[in-house]
Formats: sequence, structure tokens, C-alpha cells
Amino acid sequence: MAIAPERPEIYAGSRIPRIPTVLELPAALRDSDDVLQVNFGPNHPSTHGVLRLVVDLHGETVVGLNAKVGYVHTGFEKNMEAKTWWKAITYAPRIDYLAYQANELVFVQAIEKLLGLPLPEKATWMRMLLCELNRIHSHLVWLGTAALELGAISMFWYCFRERDQILDLSELVTGYRMHTRYFQAGGLAEDVPPGFYPECRRFVETMPGAVDQYEDLVDRNQIWLKRTKGLGLLSADDAIALGQTGPVLRGSGVDWDLRRDDPYLAYDRVDFAVPVYENGDVYDRYRVRMDEMRESTRIVEQCLRRLERLDGEPWIADDRKVVLPPREELHTSMESLIHHFKIVTEGYRVPEGEVYVAVESPRGELGCYVVSDGGPRPWRVKFRGASFVALEATATCMVDAYIADLIAIVGSLDTVMGEVDR
Amino acid sequence: MTFGGVPGLVEVREAHGETTLVVDPARLVEASLHVRDELGFAMLVDIAAADYLGWGQGGVAGHIGTPAGRSINHPGSQGLQVLPSPKPKRFAMNYHLLALRPGAPRLRLQVWLDDGEAVPSVTGVWATADWHEREAWDMMGIPVEGHPNLQRLLMDEDWEGHPLRKDYPLGGEPVRFSSAE
Repeated sequence: MAIAPERPEIYAGSRIPRIPTVLELPAALRDSDDVLQVNFGPNHPSTHGVLRLVVDLHGETVVGLNAKVGYVHTGFEKNMEAKTWWKAITYAPRIDYLAYQANELVFVQAIEKLLGLPLPEKATWMRMLLCELNRIHSHLVWLGTAALELGAISMFWYCFRERDQILDLSELVTGYRMHTRYFQAGGLAEDVPPGFYPECRRFVETMPGAVDQYEDLVDRNQIWLKRTKGLGLLSADDAIALGQTGPVLRGSGVDWDLRRDDPYLAYDRVDFAVPVYENGDVYDRYRVRMDEMRESTRIVEQCLRRLERLDGEPWIADDRKVVLPPREELHTSMESLIHHFKIVTEGYRVPEGEVYVAVESPRGELGCYVVSDGGPRPWRVKFRGASFVALEATATCMVDAYIADLIAIVGSLDTVMGEVDR
Repeated sequence: MTFGGVPGLVEVREAHGETTLVVDPARLVEASLHVRDELGFAMLVDIAAADYLGWGQGGVAGHIGTPAGRSINHPGSQGLQVLPSPKPKRFAMNYHLLALRPGAPRLRLQVWLDDGEAVPSVTGVWATADWHEREAWDMMGIPVEGHPNLQRLLMDEDWEGHPLRKDYPLGGEPVRFSSAE
């Protein structure tokens, strides 16, 4: 375990190795008998999925590292090419199973951008609310498991207590606890059910206290501090060169958040702060996520205040060529029946074009590149996962680190293997 | 922003509020250095390869009216309503760039390639290109010239074929359905 200085010195210059994602064994050690090669994974409780790191050890020091991914490659992008647009929405949330709302949002926004479909006010605010709840959910799972890996078992139970409340809220609105498929092209699949706002308000009131509680558990814990401070260093320049986004980038001192700098939905109409910390270590990434949970709670509260005034407003765009007609109309209107039948069987057509849409997911920039040939199925869908890119920084973060720190460092990058492998 | 000075520039396209620069693959690295250093696109966000094999070959179909080219025997679900504009070559590599400054300007560099035609690596310009280029090689079979470690990323090292190509079947692993086969 490294003994951390109070305030770590961020290094000058670049530490990115020759092959940016691989730490190569130094020439002096190549023929040494003292180097031990260890397979960390593919099945290891702290890899958050199935990740294999081939690690060369010289004593306790990591001198070589090569990440092998692809164990949960399921061909989401290929499958989506074979599905109609509105069926492909179902695939998107399953790519990153902790930030499912963000994945759903980015794909639906890509469709809407190609269609030029306007979004009703209520859908805008509801999408924001669910995405921010989802951000808290994702950070809670991260905090619980990252702390668990460093030995703080109780943290896991406390985090999952609040996480369960968020899943309950999700179930109340959408009928599903995860992978909701609640966002439709043009708005929401259903209206917000009665009783949701008071339940959500109760959660918003308890959440800041819960975050205080988590901080009480670890913030003055010497073991936690020594295992996180000054470890996994990443300078701002290296972070940008390695394409890092989200908490990893903000933990390295770069003040960048798409919600503020490239606002989508109604993020330019809510008040929130973007936490930035400068040391680029595991501890600062932890701090960014803790602050983000507080800020997300504030955003949820502001969304609630808006939504409570929007009762009875439409929740989906009025475009019968794209949006399913209301269920009750099918019994009385021939046109509605035809529209319903056409959308369900043939699917709607999306005009030819290519778009790249990006949102700030809990892990950073989540992008979706979509090509349409004008038909009822996407020609090409490509997801830019923040986890995929975060994992590329492992080699740079692991320079001069010990094997015991590997777990803390890989954990701090918050990768979800589903999103890496797709 | 003006793109006149971009080396190897073929075409500038604006659509859906996004700017696409089509560049000559031979001069991609020069163009990348130019947009990074002169125009400030410090971050490579994503590299997306696309295969356009069979683009627009579904043909036009539909019962509605029968202008020339539409067959009354093909319902609308079996073809397109209009033919999409043709593409210059089979593969496109799209480099999505972002400048970290107010307004968050984005740019797409696009190069067109034939099957087997190599694209120069931009890992020297943006380190993050490493895995993105390996993924393009693995999934689309686009050879990347000058990449320091060009191996398959998501599939096994001995995998045959490139799964995201249009001629690669969905569910591409051969399955035996009976012992007689």
C-alpha cells in the first residue's frame, strides 16, 4: 500500500506510454527472473464485469500491463441494424446497465435529430429528472462497489439502500426497475403516474443527508485516504490526449461538463455547479462523484418543481407517423388503427443522414453516431462509451503503481464492461 | 471557422448542424495535426467506421402510386421510398472531434476507403485513437497503417472475418441443427 502525501504532486510532462494503452516491460527487466506475469481476471470481483489485465510484477510494483477486453461483446450495434428504429431503442439501455437512462436518451435523441421531431415540455423535464436519478444510481453503485473492494463493506449496504429507492421510483414511473425503455422518439411512452411526485420529493429530501452519511463513513478513514490519495495520477493534458470525459476528466482539473457547456434537454434552465478537483488521483475522482450526487439531487428538485406545474400537459409529440396513437383511440378510429399497425409492423422511416449526438452520462461523454438510409431500420449505429475510453487510461494511471493499488485505480475509472465491449 | 487551410480537403458538408470535412486518406495525419493545432480540436471523441456495401440497393418499393421504378408487387416494407445519395467508396471512417471551449464546437473528419485499403493511424496525434482504431480493424477490417499495436480488440485473436461488415451474417457462427449434417 502506497503511503500517500497530504497533497499529491501532479507530474509534469506526459506519462502516456509508447503504445497508449499498454505498459511495456522495461528493457532492463525483459530477461529478468524477477518478473512474474499475473492474469488479473477475467473473472475477478473487482473488475466490474469481465475484464482481463495481464500484469507484469516486479516485486509489488506493476512494471507491465495489457488490458484484454471483449469478454461480454454481444454485438449490440450489429443487432440494432436488423431491428426497426423503435425496436432498436430497447437495445440501447442494455449497453451500459448502470446508466441505462442516458443510453436510452442518446439513441432517442439521435432519432429525433434525424426526424426533426420537437419534444414537449413535459417530456424534456421528465427525461432530465430520470437521467439525474440515474446518475445518482450509477454513482451509488460505483461508490458501494469501489469502497467494498478497498475493504469498506458497510458502505455497500448504505449505498444500495438509496439505490433501491431510486429503482422503486423507476418502477413506479415505467414499470421496470432497470432498462426502462420509457423514452420514445418524440417524448415518453406513458404519462407520469399519480403519486410519483410526492414519492420523488421524499427521496430528494433524504438524499443529501445520505451523502453526508457516506462521507462520514470514509472521509476521515485513514485506510480509505491512504488507498486513494496520490494514486492513479492523470494530468489534465494526458486526460485530454487520452480522450477522458466525465468525472475522470473533472478529477484531473479540466472544467468541462456537456450539461453546462453544450446543453441539451433543459440543462441551460436549471441551476447546478460542476465540481472540479485538481490532483487527478483516485481520491479526487471520488470527490467529484460525491459532489455530483448532491448537484444531481438539486437538479431533480428543480425538475420536480417544473413538472408539478405541467400536470395534464402532453408527454409525447403529436406526430402520428412516428408516435403510437393512444390506446383508447384504436377502438374508435380507423386511422389510428392503421397508424398503430404500420408503426408496429413496418416501423417508421427516418430520413437519410448521419448524426452524432452526445450527452453527459454518469461516466462522461456518451455519444451515438447513427446513419440512416431513409429506411425503417438504422444503417449503422455506433456508441461511444465513456467506459471504453476510461479504460484506455489504465496504463497511464498505473505508471509506478503497486499491485494493491490496481484495484483502487481501475475502480476509480468507473468502467462498465457492457459499455466497453458492447 | 474556415477550413480552407486543411490539407487534403475534398469537401465540406453541413447537415443537421454538424460539420463534416471529407479528407484524402493519404493526407489524414496532416489534416488531423492541422485541426488539432490550428483549429483547437484537442479531443478525439470517437472513431466510427461504417460499411456502405449494398447502400440503396434495397430499391424503391411501395403500392402508393406507380411512378416508374415502383413495383406493385413489393409492399413499402420491402424497399425504400427514395434512393439515398450514392457513396464514393465502400467504407467511411469518421473521426469525431471536440474543442474544449465555449460553444463546444464539434467537427467530423471523414475519409473514404475501398475494401483492404489502409488508413494512416492518428495515434500520434490523439493517443486515444489506439483502441478506436483497433476496434475499426477488428469489427470492420479496415487496416490501420502505422498503428503501434494493431490487434483484434473485442473478438478473439484467431477470429475469422469482421463482424460489423454488411456481408457478415447476423448470428455468424455456423450452427449444426442435426447430426446428419
